[in-house]
Amino acid sequence: MNVHYPALLVIIPLLASFFISAAGWLRPVWCFPLAVAAMAGSLLVSLGLLVDVLLGIPGLYWFGGWPPPWGIYYRVDHLNTLVLVIIAAVGFVNLMAARPTVERDFPEKAGPFYTLYVLFVTGLLGMVVTGDAFNLYVLLEIAAITGYALIALGKGRAALSSLHYIFMGTIGACFYLLGVGYLYIVTGSLNMEDISRLLQPLHGSNVVIVAFVIMMVGIWLKMGFFPLHAWLPNAYTYAPSPVSSLVAPLMTKVMVYVMIRMILTVFTLDYAFLVLKLNDAVVWLAVIAIVAGSLLALAEKDVKRMLTYIVVAEVGYMVGGFWLGNRAGFTGAVLHIVNDALMTFCLFLAVGNIIHVKGNSRLESLSGLFRTMPWTMGALVVGALSIIGVPPTCGFFSKWYLLLGAIQSGHYGFLAALLGSSLVGVVLFFRIFEIGYFEPLGASHGPAHGEGGAAVREAPLGMLVPLWITALSLILVGLYTGEIVGRVIRHAIPEMML
Amino acid sequence: MEEILGLVIARYNYWIYITLMMVGLYGMIAKNNLVKKIVGMNIFQTAIILFYVSIGVKKGATIPIIEHSHDVAHQAVRAADYINPLPHVLMLTAIVVSVATLGVALAVAVTVYQRHQTLEEDEILKQIREP
Repeated sequence: MNVHYPALLVIIPLLASFFISAAGWLRPVWCFPLAVAAMAGSLLVSLGLLVDVLLGIPGLYWFGGWPPPWGIYYRVDHLNTLVLVIIAAVGFVNLMAARPTVERDFPEKAGPFYTLYVLFVTGLLGMVVTGDAFNLYVLLEIAAITGYALIALGKGRAALSSLHYIFMGTIGACFYLLGVGYLYIVTGSLNMEDISRLLQPLHGSNVVIVAFVIMMVGIWLKMGFFPLHAWLPNAYTYAPSPVSSLVAPLMTKVMVYVMIRMILTVFTLDYAFLVLKLNDAVVWLAVIAIVAGSLLALAEKDVKRMLTYIVVAEVGYMVGGFWLGNRAGFTGAVLHIVNDALMTFCLFLAVGNIIHVKGNSRLESLSGLFRTMPWTMGALVVGALSIIGVPPTCGFFSKWYLLLGAIQSGHYGFLAALLGSSLVGVVLFFRIFEIGYFEPLGASHGPAHGEGGAAVREAPLGMLVPLWITALSLILVGLYTGEIVGRVIRHAIPEMML
Repeated sequence: MEEILGLVIARYNYWIYITLMMVGLYGMIAKNNLVKKIVGMNIFQTAIILFYVSIGVKKGATIPIIEHSHDVAHQAVRAADYINPLPHVLMLTAIVVSVATLGVALAVAVTVYQRHQTLEEDEILKQIREP
């Protein structure tokens, strides 16, 4: 519709963050409305871009009118439009849910919080929409640096965890930058499609192999792919709950998207699958990631920490699904980026509500919560069923595609890991349901507030409405899976896989 | 032996950046003090900046400023006479990024110090384990 949509997508929140920062000094009450306006603007623009893509209008934008090999350009196609909508939607809905916690836990830092929040979403949107390898690095660092600061807002161990995340994240981003440097040495270009064209005759080159490996390791570090996940659980557990429900669903998924984009557009599938023949090894790494993530989740006694290990396992789903190298696996991986962002978002919001009311999220403090917080726990059940993969929810459909992909490529290790991790999910979540439903209320928390039940109330309405919007969207996205796959994802599948 | 020597001397810029990078990585992994780790991180980032700067160099080339371009507007510019400015421009951005990362890391380190009264990682972990 509007030719400037791809640029506006990033510019609206970027400019808004300056105004929010200024409002934090002058009129703190304006911070929240400004942030809402910025997020709503991004959401509308991303929806407009989705409509454009559905109508078949390519969303290309040349910054400053410079044509592609020289200037930076933004590009919206069937692969990234859904990711953009999910980022903007999660950013918007989570902002609504964040307000009660921000006002209660760190009201004096509201200005910086909203500034960093909007900048973080800017970085993510930019990473997804850009068509320039170096521009992606800059936006990656914008998202990462704001993410570090947001995580450090938490209490207790949050600062140390954030510092560890800074070290690991910097190594990851630097490796990515180094990979771009190697590609620049051999091609002299930074534009993704231009690099891809110039790389065609260079597929045997050692420099390209080094670039590919370094870049992949950097991206895997950033997404917390199993052996490189060490920073993730602590950083996401000790962050304040509005931050974990923003960073945990989005950052890892966007990095999975970056991996797919880099392989599809820059290195090409031929190179990754036929020249390097890495696919089998990476799928086995994904199997290890899924198994290890699930088992580590089983060992945790804190619900939020358990969820962080589920994120680690889910990263394995998407990486493995993509590297299966067939149509169903690719569809499953892209669909799972969308679905998993929504599922983990729903769960982290629910846990955020529990933390808001009870002060922590340890398993024993969940006892009897189905009676006192029925709405929160209801949404938690929907999110949990989706992670397990129960049919009407969206988690079932992406898992179905992944399973199909595993069967078609004959990769039974991956198949077993997917099924095994679903079973572990059943154990994990039914343990929560059991404690929440059957154990008597106040069995563990002391008589600090007189009667055990009087102190525990349902979370404020401002947090419940976003939670239930997310929970219902899980079912809605599940019901419209056919539309999503048929009208969007199917067109993103590269010809080689057809 | 001569081959190896040629490999080292002809591509000394890569050896320097790899060495610096490993120094930084060692600092991040092996040092116990958080500020020393941050210093290691900065060395690591600087190594990559130097790598980029070094790949723009050409033998016998000069800085990429075209003299008297107004007078000789239509003369062809020989690219071989000028070093490649693009990696240098990219590194201006990367320097800003690394300064920002350093700033955030130091600010977070200050918070860690305020909470634990120390910057030695083993002491902090001991505090966390025995509250």
